[in-house]
Amino acid sequence: MSVKQSVVSTFQVFKSFMPVMIGLLLFINLLNACFRDYYTDIFSGNPVLDPLIGTIAGSISFGIPVTSYIVGGELLEDGVSLLAVTAFIMAWTTVGLAMLPLEATFFGKRFAIIRNTINFFFAIIIAILTIYTLKVL
Amino acid sequence: MKEKDRPNINSFSGGKKFLLSILVIYLAVAVFNFHTAEAAVISFLKMFGRIIPILGIVFVAMIAINMFFTRERTDRYLGSKSGIMGWIYAVISGILLLGPPYVIYPLLGQLKKRGMRNSFLAVVLYNRNVKIPFLPPLIYYFGVKYTVVLSIYIIVFSILNGLLLEALLKKFKY
Repeated sequence: MSVKQSVVSTFQVFKSFMPVMIGLLLFINLLNACFRDYYTDIFSGNPVLDPLIGTIAGSISFGIPVTSYIVGGELLEDGVSLLAVTAFIMAWTTVGLAMLPLEATFFGKRFAIIRNTINFFFAIIIAILTIYTLKVL
Repeated sequence: MKEKDRPNINSFSGGKKFLLSILVIYLAVAVFNFHTAEAAVISFLKMFGRIIPILGIVFVAMIAINMFFTRERTDRYLGSKSGIMGWIYAVISGILLLGPPYVIYPLLGQLKKRGMRNSFLAVVLYNRNVKIPFLPPLIYYFGVKYTVVLSIYIIVFSILNGLLLEALLKKFKY
């Protein structure tokens, strides 16, 4: 592909995905502005239910991983279990419900849905394995 | 330009409608709670300002991919012919690749069009969570042992993720 063809092709891709991206970023920032103060309230203290709640909360949240560490650290201080916090961090960084339309745009609907579903369950499994391994070590 | 290299414009046709619907939601929120909508807009503008330079880099990188990653080359390094090295490249690329998903997707989308395996895409996306610059804050909040254990599990599960995704994509092909 020549330079001109490459620039035109790239420009077309940008022109097409920018409205989706801007829309998603607006949506994510609105969600964060509405729900950021309520993370601690959604955990019940139940050792079985909390990892699942953590995974769901992480899945619908969005931001750079560091933000999830900060929120996770605050949750730990508030008495939420490390298992639930780990599930929350994993889901935050690997499951992107808000990003699903953009992911589907580039990789296909089936890819995005299957990948995010796998990641949802993997978040819980990795959280359990991490806590179990830390206890053994 | 060959037909297969042309971006699928039809798949993005809902983008403007989507953006419009989000703006309507913003207006609705602003009517009931102006401060929340205002905070969200300010946060969006800050975030967008930060990613503009990254988008510039992505634009240049996509041009480079279009020019240098021919279908044959992509297939050799990240496609069906890449073998075990493809998995290793995918893991390392995922760890080294910096940037949020909305700037990484277009890059990987270009490579997918040129024959990158779905399993490798999944591996790259999963390993984005083992970011070297993000390790110090993770250690600060949760300790070294926790960080090492979690990072190892992420790398191992990224491979499982890729294998499972590819198997399920084949199973649910219709």
